[in-house]
Amino acid sequence: MSTSTKAGQSSARPILEVRQICKSFPGVRVLKSVNLSIWPGEVHAFMGENGAGKSTLMKILAGAYYPDSGEIILDGKTVHFRTPHEARLAGIGIIYQELTVAPNLTVSGNVFLGSELKRFGFMTDTAEMDRKTQEVLNRLGARFKATQRAAHLAVAEQQQVEIARALFYKSRVLVMDEPTAALSDRETDRLFEVVRQLRSEGMAIIYISHRMAEVYELADRLSVLRDGEYVGELKRPEFSADKVIEMMVGRRLEDFYEHAKHSAGRVVLEVKNMSDGDRVKNANFQLRQGEVLGLAGLVGAGRTELARLIFGADKRKSGEVYLDGKKLRINQPQDAIRAGIGYVPEDRKLQGVFLQMSSGENITMNILGQCATSGVLDFKKLTDRANAEVKAMRVRTASLKQRAGGLSGGNQQKLLLARWLEINPRVLILDEPTRGVDVGAKAEIYALIQQLLEKGMAVLFISSELPEIVGVCDRVLVMREGEITGEVGGETGIEITQQNIMKFATDVTRSASTNGN
Amino acid sequence: MATEATTETSALAAAKRKEFTRSVIELAGMLPVLVVICILFAVLTPNFLTQNNLVNVVRQASINIVLAAGMTFVILTGGIDLAVGSVLGFTAVISVVVSLIPGLSWAAVPVALFAGLLVGVLTGATVAYIGLPPFIVTLGTYTAIRGAAYLAAGGTTAINSKIGFAWIGNGYVGPVPWLVVIALLTIAVSAFILHRTILGVHVYAVGGNAQAARLTGIPVPFVLIFAYGVSGLLSGLAGVMSASRLYSAQGQLGIGYELDAIAAVILGGTSFVGGIGTVFGTLIGALIIAVLNNGLTLMNVSFYWQLVIKGAVIILAVMLDKLRTRGQAG
Repeated sequence: MSTSTKAGQSSARPILEVRQICKSFPGVRVLKSVNLSIWPGEVHAFMGENGAGKSTLMKILAGAYYPDSGEIILDGKTVHFRTPHEARLAGIGIIYQELTVAPNLTVSGNVFLGSELKRFGFMTDTAEMDRKTQEVLNRLGARFKATQRAAHLAVAEQQQVEIARALFYKSRVLVMDEPTAALSDRETDRLFEVVRQLRSEGMAIIYISHRMAEVYELADRLSVLRDGEYVGELKRPEFSADKVIEMMVGRRLEDFYEHAKHSAGRVVLEVKNMSDGDRVKNANFQLRQGEVLGLAGLVGAGRTELARLIFGADKRKSGEVYLDGKKLRINQPQDAIRAGIGYVPEDRKLQGVFLQMSSGENITMNILGQCATSGVLDFKKLTDRANAEVKAMRVRTASLKQRAGGLSGGNQQKLLLARWLEINPRVLILDEPTRGVDVGAKAEIYALIQQLLEKGMAVLFISSELPEIVGVCDRVLVMREGEITGEVGGETGIEITQQNIMKFATDVTRSASTNGN
Repeated sequence: MATEATTETSALAAAKRKEFTRSVIELAGMLPVLVVICILFAVLTPNFLTQNNLVNVVRQASINIVLAAGMTFVILTGGIDLAVGSVLGFTAVISVVVSLIPGLSWAAVPVALFAGLLVGVLTGATVAYIGLPPFIVTLGTYTAIRGAAYLAAGGTTAINSKIGFAWIGNGYVGPVPWLVVIALLTIAVSAFILHRTILGVHVYAVGGNAQAARLTGIPVPFVLIFAYGVSGLLSGLAGVMSASRLYSAQGQLGIGYELDAIAAVILGGTSFVGGIGTVFGTLIGALIIAVLNNGLTLMNVSFYWQLVIKGAVIILAVMLDKLRTRGQAG
């Protein structure tokens, strides 16, 4: 790349400057004169709560939205992107959180999608595309081939395909939106290597993330956005968790995981011999009243699958579920709900929220029966209950009629939690409840869990963030490859620490843990 | 801090205004288009704006309104029912045939309605439990039920000039034909179910996000069977309406009606992916189609040109709707 030679760390001017950008949507000011300077050869972390305006700014850079006012200066020239294609040609590459790889095309087909190389003007030149793609893949250190179908690639590999695509457009600025959200630790390490390599080649990288640890590891500089306003910038030596949180939420969050450890009550839920014949193997455990039982493990360890089996969302091969000592017959989610088990799924948008329905309808979806006489709804009752939840959960919504799709991730999650709290279940399964949720909402969710416990509920808490597991849970089960391989906390005498959990979660210590038994 | 609070409240107030505009637009939907077309025809042809003609327009629309109401349920769940025209033909033939059986003529209407319901329920069950795409399933029933209609009619036209339920097709309540009354009642009942009952909310939920609906404990298969059942039942009702209007029925009755029904639903602003739309919009959509048919005929436009114009208007109207509601979504 020509830029890599010209642009070094000591480059005189930023490659990309955003000046006084404002953007409003009907009724909402999303960005209020935001500034940003991105230098070549650096990783610039971009942080802010959900709803702070990060994605809007990103979409403006990508040419998907047009700003109301302000300037974007790319390499010293003011640019106006009318379409995403223009932005891409100008050298701004975007890796969205939701990857856009077409599964039925080959890797090179994906890389060249929309700008296929032609032979004789009309035939696609597959061989040449494969060759060129392979070159870039080699440069990225990818472990798959250009001719492979994209369908079988892991998420991290799909990401590399998108990075390869950006490289082909000679991108000088690469924007990555929560790139590690769906990656395992090992894949994350791999991604970081790629990011570092791109940086050393002079690429400017805008790295959007919620995860402080990643930002510390990667970023050279950090900008914070709050409620659409540009709060400020920190250089690497100035990084500190307190400072960043303060910038993001505008106040200090005392102890993030304030948690009185609970003494376990009697057994509420008991799961015996749960298997699906594939991803979950013979799981046994008990959940006690007033405790938070963590379910830890690497991505793909079978935690979500186990939760879905308990809830009746997937077919089980064997296994029994007991609630308060009584055996339950659960064939579908309805059965579990009726028995008193709630489940907040991992993928909020795909499995939880009804994006096109109103906030109110989202909250009351489970209590329609309670607010109706012979099937006819009592809107007064529904409105009252939804309003009470909005107030209690502090959901930021214009009105009960606002579509859930227009709310930020944290507020959508609150709608979901409110929906379950309305039916007051005995057991609540929370699957990655704070994924993609900002720090403020996170703290609120933790506080909410405390309230639930005091009411005598039992919580099964699935999370991929170890600090969170350690901070929130009274006891932790660790899964690996479909099996529950260990337990920490509670009566085991093993302290709940990230190290102890990782020992059970990775197969490095497989022999050690079996010896221990 | 104080300024923050005010910006927040003003943002919320603005969002509230946006909500209000959106609901007005949603409610009004295609009504302006209908009004414009009516004004146009009123200016262009002297006969359009007479009471007789207007009653005539709605009567001509009545059968499509009933079919389209059922179609609305199905499309709201994210599906499609291509078989409504075939079911109309089949049930129309059945109602005439049964009405000709001595001693059983009273059963003509119930049997026809039940036949329609049965086809719908079976379709819904196939979609819900076997998981076949609705387009494929109803493409099958579209063909098979058409065949059944020819078979039931024995290849000819079933005629009963003393048909017992002739009042449905030819009677009046005051100045209003029964056909119109039935069509409007159908819309009213459908609207009640969709907007006032648990089942209605469930229809929107399943169409909006079937996975979430299942994990929320909504009985998704039942909701699907219900939607296709309604479509089948209303197709049966439309069959009865057709038969009583004509005192007869034949195997090819209702060919192509599914397309008018789908057009009415789409014109009415219902999203083809499901979860968004109203049955009131469908009523407007069906009326737009009927007014176009009527007005163009009054203007002596040839049938072929009518088809071309109708098609163009459908595309234009939906385009207009998209432009108008752009930025309102979400």
